[in-house]
Amino acid sequence: MTKITSAQALRQVQEDLKKNFDPSKKLVTICAGTGCRGYGCMKVKEELEAEIKKQNMDVEVRATGCFGFCEKGPLVIVHPEKVFYQQVKVKDVADIIGKTVATGEVVEKLLYRDPNTNQTVLREEDVPFYKKQNRLVFGQNGLIDPTRIEDYLILGGYSALAKTLSDFTPEGVISEVKKAGLRGRGGGGFQAGVKWEGSRKAHGEPKYVIANGDEGDPGAYMDRSLMEGNPHSVLEGMAIGAYAIGASEGYIYVRHEYPLAVLHLTMAIAAAKEAGLLGKNILGTNFSFDIHINKGGGAFVCGESSALFASIEGRAGEPRAKYIHAVERGLWDKPTVLNNVETWANVPLIINKGADWYASIGTEGSKGTKIFSLVGKINNTGLIEVPMGITLREIVYDMGGGIPKGRKFKAVQTGGPSGGCIPESLLDLPVDFDKLYEVGSMMGSGGMIVMDDKSCMVDVARYFLNFLQEESCGKCVPCREGVRRMREILDDICSGKGREGDVELLEHLSIGVADGSLCALGGSAPNPVLSTIKYFREEYDAHIKEHRCPAGVCKALITYSIDAEECTGCTLCSKVCPVDAISGEKKKAHKIDNEKCTRCGACIESCKFDAILVK
Amino acid sequence: MKKTANYAAKTREIVKKHGGDKGALIAVLQDIQEAFNYLPKGAMITVSTMMGIPASRVYEVATFYNAFSLNPRGKHIVKICVGTACHVRGASAILDKFEQKLLIKPGETNQDQKFTLELVNCVGACALGPVVVIDTEYHGQMTINKVDKIINEMNKEGAQQ
Repeated sequence: MTKITSAQALRQVQEDLKKNFDPSKKLVTICAGTGCRGYGCMKVKEELEAEIKKQNMDVEVRATGCFGFCEKGPLVIVHPEKVFYQQVKVKDVADIIGKTVATGEVVEKLLYRDPNTNQTVLREEDVPFYKKQNRLVFGQNGLIDPTRIEDYLILGGYSALAKTLSDFTPEGVISEVKKAGLRGRGGGGFQAGVKWEGSRKAHGEPKYVIANGDEGDPGAYMDRSLMEGNPHSVLEGMAIGAYAIGASEGYIYVRHEYPLAVLHLTMAIAAAKEAGLLGKNILGTNFSFDIHINKGGGAFVCGESSALFASIEGRAGEPRAKYIHAVERGLWDKPTVLNNVETWANVPLIINKGADWYASIGTEGSKGTKIFSLVGKINNTGLIEVPMGITLREIVYDMGGGIPKGRKFKAVQTGGPSGGCIPESLLDLPVDFDKLYEVGSMMGSGGMIVMDDKSCMVDVARYFLNFLQEESCGKCVPCREGVRRMREILDDICSGKGREGDVELLEHLSIGVADGSLCALGGSAPNPVLSTIKYFREEYDAHIKEHRCPAGVCKALITYSIDAEECTGCTLCSKVCPVDAISGEKKKAHKIDNEKCTRCGACIESCKFDAILVK
Repeated sequence: MKKTANYAAKTREIVKKHGGDKGALIAVLQDIQEAFNYLPKGAMITVSTMMGIPASRVYEVATFYNAFSLNPRGKHIVKICVGTACHVRGASAILDKFEQKLLIKPGETNQDQKFTLELVNCVGACALGPVVVIDTEYHGQMTINKVDKIINEMNKEGAQQ
């Protein structure tokens, strides 16, 4: 692409692209997000292209970013009719091309079927999963081939940067972002505009902007989807931020497990530089800004600002005490603004549509939308973007479609390892930064892990502490030793060695760990324990006093048996049992020898009659 | 001996590519790991000398980050996702099964250097949970009984080669 040297030239490029785009022309988009790739969508894409070639058609097949509805992947949309196909397999391609693309005939069996009404749904926006969403940040994902800057430009991409450079002073940008009320999407929820202002006013050159794409929260993958699916939106946001604070260099710190995000960001940076939208004298102005990519080393603690800086500087990612804030002395001791990927992607929207518009969405203290990854024991796993203030109930039941196999909802865990578990009684809680904090959890980066009655809350608390203990950098004692002690107590409880008073001891230790730790990893580490004690105390008591795991998860506290009435004697369980603990004659009820049984779960998985009982 | 010389040459090439900037240590180690599948001791010493970073610091960084392995890894890397979504869907039972089947613990490589077992905190494919990623292939909705099948098939492939 030739260099664009002014805001007007950018408009011209966008106009020309639009002129050459025929909206009535057939186009097939296929979701190429991580989830769909896991389902084998790239094979479907190849088949689509092969079939089109075979039929001698002139139709573009576009592999786009993540559509969000991971549960039903691979997802395909036929434009311009926008017919939405789900769970598409290679063998379905001939029908899609031969019928829908060629003649407009809809392939009924590939449409989404609403389990409540049993009706098929033709378009994406009418699927219940999408209906209540407001996909401001995430919506373009399904339209853009992330490897082509043109796809972003045709949707008005980089207009916000052009507007910033021509209409705004740096202070003007900051006041607009402050007025919009944009809060950091990475965890803390700090006002982005305030951060920017601090850095603008700080002394020291050069200044830096950084996008945190380390996304270590296990169960959250919205940043990945943005970096993979719409990388230019992140770059544009960063460029606007850089202009506001007076930075000429930026970094994107990406998890090393995200090779596709690294690839797409690298391509996007190269394309933006070539187009004069990054690099020297952007759009013919005096503003110059360049972005580098740093791959993380797989350490959760590097999501913490000072640890992240240490990592970019080539050192072990250990946080430091923050007597001086990063906005004054961050990366290489220079003024630095660190925001999460999703936060940056919100910035172009605010500039394009104005702070008042942005602030009209959401709740009093939390503006705009938030992308959540709705995962775990939920029918519709996927990424959803919803206005702040929507209730958990709407998320879990209207979009998520409830709990699989008709089981009972128990809790939703938000905020990752720093967050907490929210019980059923709080399902009508409006979701925003402050409300989640009030109930002992937090927004975090937006992971929402749904749990049913088969999830043990003590085990969940142990899981998170185990995670945090592994990820603790070891620099300060309260976190390194305190989290370990807490995890050991939870290990004891889960293995039937819990003692009276353990819960109180956990609560006591929590205070020391939270207050004494150097950074937020330790500071929030007790949250999963405290919130489960607060809302699910009876489960702790059952483990400790009755040596019983009500959810049937903790192996030391459960026994397997076979329901003689349900068992048909099919012998399958005895065949899969790795320790030969199951015996019985064909067509007669089987028995489990509990001395031998390791409670591995192989028999439960294989039994077609739900005859294995866990107590 | 020849192997050591190879390490040194390749390592020098990688360090030069990054311009010797001390801040690039992690990126240099990442490239070395990509080239050799792990961080050989000799390569780390070369890095230390060339970049003017004490060997203890190189070792500190190499052991701090999960991405690095100081031991040679197997031909196939089996990554069990232990993210929260996979955990509540039973990832620990899947891990137990892999440990039994391969007779190794996470972070270890089996005797014939065929498999390395690793844990990963979320691969972002939660709809497929529990997920296991073997090399680059995703195995979704894993069950205990699928583990036998997958490993047996991979062992068979090896025998045919």
